[in-house]
Amino acid sequence: MANTCKCEGNCSSVVYQELDAFMADCPKGRDKLIPVLQKAQELFGYLPVEVQEYVAKALELPVSEVYGVVTFYHYFTMEPRGRHTINVCLGTACYVRGAKKIVDALSENLNIKMGGTTEDRRFSLTTQRCFGACGLAPVIMINDDVHGRVTPKKIAGILAQYE
Amino acid sequence: MAIKLKIDRQDVEVPEGTTVLDAAAEAGVHIPTLCHVPKVTSPGSCRVCLVEIEGARTLQPACVTPVTEGMIVRTHSKRARQGRQMSVELLLANHPWDCNACVRNGQCELQTLAQTMGITDVRFPYTREEVPVDTSTAAVVRDMNKCILCRRCVAVCQDVQGVGSLAPRARGFDTVIGAGAGENLCDAVCVQCGQCAAICPVGAIYEQDAIEDVWRALDDPEKHVVVQTAPAIRAALGECFGLEPGTCVTGKMVAALRRLGFAKVFDTNFTADLTIIEEGHELLTRLKTALVDKGEVSLPMFTSCSPGWINFMEYFYPGLLPNLSSCKSPQQMFGALAKTYYAEKEGIDPKNIVVVSVMPCTAKKFEADREEMVDSGFKDVDYVLTTRELGRMIQEAGIDFMKLPDEEQDSPMGMSTGAADIFANTGGVMEAALRTVYEVVTGRELPMEKLHVAPIQGLDGLKEVALTFEKCQPDWSFLEGVTAKVAVAHGLSNARKVCDMVADGEGGYHFVEVMCCPGGCIGGGGQPRMTTDEVRQSRIKAIYTEDEGRTMRKSHENPAVTQIYAEFLGEPLGHKSHELLHTHYHAKEPV
Repeated sequence: MANTCKCEGNCSSVVYQELDAFMADCPKGRDKLIPVLQKAQELFGYLPVEVQEYVAKALELPVSEVYGVVTFYHYFTMEPRGRHTINVCLGTACYVRGAKKIVDALSENLNIKMGGTTEDRRFSLTTQRCFGACGLAPVIMINDDVHGRVTPKKIAGILAQYE
Repeated sequence: MAIKLKIDRQDVEVPEGTTVLDAAAEAGVHIPTLCHVPKVTSPGSCRVCLVEIEGARTLQPACVTPVTEGMIVRTHSKRARQGRQMSVELLLANHPWDCNACVRNGQCELQTLAQTMGITDVRFPYTREEVPVDTSTAAVVRDMNKCILCRRCVAVCQDVQGVGSLAPRARGFDTVIGAGAGENLCDAVCVQCGQCAAICPVGAIYEQDAIEDVWRALDDPEKHVVVQTAPAIRAALGECFGLEPGTCVTGKMVAALRRLGFAKVFDTNFTADLTIIEEGHELLTRLKTALVDKGEVSLPMFTSCSPGWINFMEYFYPGLLPNLSSCKSPQQMFGALAKTYYAEKEGIDPKNIVVVSVMPCTAKKFEADREEMVDSGFKDVDYVLTTRELGRMIQEAGIDFMKLPDEEQDSPMGMSTGAADIFANTGGVMEAALRTVYEVVTGRELPMEKLHVAPIQGLDGLKEVALTFEKCQPDWSFLEGVTAKVAVAHGLSNARKVCDMVADGEGGYHFVEVMCCPGGCIGGGGQPRMTTDEVRQSRIKAIYTEDEGRTMRKSHENPAVTQIYAEFLGEPLGHKSHELLHTHYHAKEPV
């Protein structure tokens, strides 16, 4: 199968080769579709339609079925993720201490909506329910770093720490 | 092993593995369903067939619950009735209420169900977000606003046809039946067979309607509008007027078309006979190349009448395209000849001729739009109506179908033989071809009872027969003692099996008939709903009866075919034939 990458240079044919190697051990059909998609997402960071078509061809499945599985599970994403993932806690404690304002400030600062990714792929913005750090509310996590007692004013400074 | 149970206080005995639904039917109790279609799918998703089973905590879906010994089933207890009503009410809450303006008004399974259940009010607000209607293909319209997510279309597309264009996507309230991985059906691998439209219980998938275009042509005094009807229409059109499946209405159909205003009522059967002459000679030529000249030639040869099947080959088996007969389908041969031969003969400017087809098929709409199909110098076939659309037109025109006299098609392109009739059903094209090829080669009639080739009749998915040529005519002496092996497949998942065999060099076939839809064209995506196996069998029986009632039952006996070769075409596979009656195919990228 030709390794034609359509991802505008954001992935390499090496990644496709790695996916090929993973799929080499998989039977045709739907039995291993989910592990293959997990692997593909791990490799590409997300599952654009091109990758889904590639998987569908390799496993001899209709692309409609692959797309159905990708859109069924929240784990799979068709949007490219940023290098850094910002998680805003929307648990009760954070919420009452102004998490909503933090979300708005982040959205405004990064010019993206909740769930989105900046054009330069620097940040993705998502939410979670309670990190168990309620004493520090409101809390955000960027990658594995916890930032507590966040205020809208502090946002720019925090973001500046991540390239 | 027999299982004994009680359904609504009646004792019932059924084989092990029977569902409660089928056991109830045995006991004369009809349990409503929306998602379940016998032999196609039973996903248990619509929850309309809920029944009360003693000892079970909740109501159970009858279509997927197997019977057990001593089971006590109540199908219309208060609890069962309320449960089923609730299921339907919830479906209605998520379904538009513009029934009056729906193509399925009066023939909608959901509407009928709501009425039977006495539902006059829905307590839940309609909250669905509107999505655009997909009109991207020539064949079908998909209005997912009306979809009840029963998944019948998914099953027929994936399992029966093995195409897999349709699949559910997203989850929960966001669930929608999607095409491929994009927005529109035109971007998906779709062969346009319309089996999804034929099986849809509601108005979510239906044929692209050409009725207005046809009325406009009929209303235009400049236009000379001729009509052709496919062999399968006559065995099904009556169902649009309440007749039993399997009632042949050829004469009334012709009368109705004449009353609608068509200048000439012709017959696709005419070009079906012509197809046999062209395709039969093509087969014999291929065999001669292989056996005598030892040349490179693609065998087996596949039939090419079915546009859904052509699409399937172009998408999935481009390597086998040389095996397809180069003959156009009878529909397209007709169009090309109507605007050349007929135009010349009658002295009508072909630009004023409008060719309307009535087809059991939605893929024929796509086929008529193919860019190759302009060999007459014009679009060969202008508009394609399905059987269902013709039924609606006749009703709209206020024609009392049942009171119509039986009339006959016009000459010359309305003349045909019994061999053309049987193009309507699986095995028919092959039988018609064998009737002619055997007689051409040996000079004797096909030695089969009533000219029927029994092994390739019926609804088995894949059928085959072998036929040995003996005492051949001098021209065909190279076939002496040769045993021709032919196969017949219908439904694309069966076609796939044959294609895989051929691709692997197995089977040893010389000639293969494939019809895209299960049962052949009589079970086409444009036929009256619902086409079950019983309906298929009834329609096939009607077609064979029509064939047997004819004096001419072999394509080469058709005098109009002899005439067109004498007056216009010259000889089979001749220059003019190649120009007008043959075509070529293109590999399509499966996206």
